[in-house]
Amino acid sequence: MITDELAAVTTPQPVLSLSHVSKSFPGVRALHDVSFALYPGQVTALIGENGAGKSTIVKILTGIYVPDEGEIVAVGKVQHFASPRDSWAAGIAAIHQETVMFDELSVAENIFMGHMPGGRFIDWRETKSRARELLSRIEADFDADAPLKTLSVAQKHMVEITRALSHDASVIIMDEPTAALSRHEIDELFRIVAQLKAEGRSIIFISHKFDEIFRLSDRWVCLRDGEKVGEGLTSDVTEPDLVRLMVGRPIDQVFPKRDIPIGKTVLEVNGLTNATEFADISFSLRKGEILGLYGLVGAGRSEAMQCLFGMSQPTRGSVTMEGVTLSIREPIDAIHAGISYVPEDRQDQGAFLPLGIRENITMASLAGHVRNFLLSPSSERAATRALGGRLSVKAAHWEQALGELSGGNQQKVVIAKWLATKPKIIILDEPTKGIDVGSKAAVHDFIGELAEEGLAVILVSSELPEIMGLSDRVIVMHEGRIAAQFERGKGTGAAAWSAEAIVAAATGGPVQEHAA
Amino acid sequence: MSLLLRYREAILALIIALMVTGISLYAPPFGTLSNGVGVLNDTAFLFMMALAQMIVILTRGIDLSVAANLALTGMLTGMFNMVFPDLPALIYVALALAIGGGLGLINGSLIAFLRIPPIVVTLGTLAIFRGTIVVVDGGSQVNTSDMSSTFAGFPKLELFGLSSVFWIAAIVAVLAWFFLGQTRSGRGLYAVGGNPVAARYCGISLPYQQMLAYGISGAVAGMSGYLWVARYGVAYVEIASGYELTVIAACVIGGVSIGGGVGTVAGTLLGALFIGVIVNALPVMQVSPFWQMAISGAVILAAVIINARAEGRALKLILPEARRAAAQAKR
Repeated sequence: MITDELAAVTTPQPVLSLSHVSKSFPGVRALHDVSFALYPGQVTALIGENGAGKSTIVKILTGIYVPDEGEIVAVGKVQHFASPRDSWAAGIAAIHQETVMFDELSVAENIFMGHMPGGRFIDWRETKSRARELLSRIEADFDADAPLKTLSVAQKHMVEITRALSHDASVIIMDEPTAALSRHEIDELFRIVAQLKAEGRSIIFISHKFDEIFRLSDRWVCLRDGEKVGEGLTSDVTEPDLVRLMVGRPIDQVFPKRDIPIGKTVLEVNGLTNATEFADISFSLRKGEILGLYGLVGAGRSEAMQCLFGMSQPTRGSVTMEGVTLSIREPIDAIHAGISYVPEDRQDQGAFLPLGIRENITMASLAGHVRNFLLSPSSERAATRALGGRLSVKAAHWEQALGELSGGNQQKVVIAKWLATKPKIIILDEPTKGIDVGSKAAVHDFIGELAEEGLAVILVSSELPEIMGLSDRVIVMHEGRIAAQFERGKGTGAAAWSAEAIVAAATGGPVQEHAA
Repeated sequence: MSLLLRYREAILALIIALMVTGISLYAPPFGTLSNGVGVLNDTAFLFMMALAQMIVILTRGIDLSVAANLALTGMLTGMFNMVFPDLPALIYVALALAIGGGLGLINGSLIAFLRIPPIVVTLGTLAIFRGTIVVVDGGSQVNTSDMSSTFAGFPKLELFGLSSVFWIAAIVAVLAWFFLGQTRSGRGLYAVGGNPVAARYCGISLPYQQMLAYGISGAVAGMSGYLWVARYGVAYVEIASGYELTVIAACVIGGVSIGGGVGTVAGTLLGALFIGVIVNALPVMQVSPFWQMAISGAVILAAVIINARAEGRALKLILPEARRAAAQAKR
């Protein structure tokens, strides 16, 4: 065993290395010239904002994407992963954010799915005994025969780790593995990671939580806008260093903020709480204002907004609009009150693919098109032309089935549907998620326009530049609660309008006590 | 194939026309006007029940209990007629609508409020409705001799040679077209079937739409029950046994997607007509009765396969030239 000192001096043989890897999608440069290496028995933290390119790297390493340029070297030779199977064969395994497994099958079946012992017939005895052996290696507290659905999230992670071990993976990628775990379960996971390290395996650890990064990792690699902006030993850096690298630029210059007069208060939310997702959410919203709602994925932002829209029932709290207390039991009540919610997953939660563009656009505002108890096609067509034109939906004609449009145009139609309800308040949940740079700018402009027209906008986003560029105020949520509030250009120290302070509040850093 | 999808209804109509021509050449009596009227009269039940079934399938549901509902409501209306023989026929129609609708709402409540899958609920009520017939009639049957003249005579009334059942089916078709195309509730059926989550976000209530769909399905089945019993002059436990499958087949042939959210009145009517032509043609062509079921089954299966292939091939219009071509075709 060589000493740490020596390891730092002599260059150990990397288990896997990426050199000059680039990947583009139409209109988006996801990765540009990224190189780094992984070493045996080390944990490498991959850090960066949402959209920095971390998931693209994971997908390239697991054979889901093929890089446009550059090469991957593993087990001593250049690899060309055409499918996840090739990536397994090279000893790479990933443990995903949300576990993708077979709930109805047993733990053993999940571990060996795709490579069950035996030939044409499954050797059940071997399958179970090998599963038990692997589970005991990581000291799992459940049996190989247990149906997967009876396991907790943490236990499912252990099954995924076991699955990686069953391939004898030398590189294990953990993509935000702690997001849904309790403190105790995280400790358990870290114990296993330490054991994997000791066995000489190499681990890529992706997390937004700095305390975990500092506790667990040996090295770090930071990405921003698809490029590597730094790497080094974790012992050599501090949290503010990393935040500065991640954010990297003076954000205010990227988004020219429109000067919109802010009117009177339209919405007041007081102590909104539900059983398990969020608590004590209080804020007010004024006409013409853009309120940013920032936080990590899973901080409870969408859940709180969905509750406000009537998709779930709060256990406590009140919602007052223009002085009137609302009772929102179903989305229809929110729509009537003048609240619109454009969901994050616009395809799955917003689009009626078999129906026409006209039917889609008028679906949430049909009451306004009724004449003498019947729908008026001419009134519907007029609204469709107006909104479809305004959002420049590209289609052959307005009766065309939505499923025949491109994804971007489908999204525009979904947004048009919500504008058709003539809302006073519009909640946009991750409005630029999954769209290319050009369309992003158009969406940002459009959000500014809405505010200018006197709408009150709540912008839920995980992208800090977007939040800071557009919002008048930012509320940061952390683990279901409001961690801090920031006002554009105001505050000092930990409460100052700065990327560092906002990120720190979102990651539950020490800032939150001072800011609250 | 994408062409087939776009002009599915026109192509189905063309296939039916070709079928009728071919069969008429082979067996000339089939091509006569009187036979054509006969086919329409025979298919009248299928027309309206397929339309009602389509409304259910639009919501991603299925109603397997329609034939059992038909038989039970037919029996109850027949027994009511024995007690109150000389009421105007419309009273019997109204009663059948009410009983059938009530039975449909039972399905609807179990599906909408207890959240039991439609196939399970209606399979259960199918058995319960059939079983109830035996309970209420004590195992006997209602015959023509038990029926009053107003009761039995109504379905046999004719206008331009077409029976009143056909004209009722025509009214049902017009109402269905109007309801689906021109009302909020009708649009809501397409919404909850097309994307239930998005429909909820739009403030459309799934339980309401389901109650509505199963209520309509039951009411039409019940009304058909009275007309069927009066027309064929008999009510007993086995009438229309298995007919629900013919009804569903008509929908599927007519382009109604079992996945929900897709279906038109015209398509469904053509699907029903397609089955009506085959069922009526086989005896004319002197096909052995033993073969008739197998052949009509095979033809239905073939039609469904063609439909399913057409559905799988829908491409998006992203190329500007493709959009222009589609816009041209629209004009």
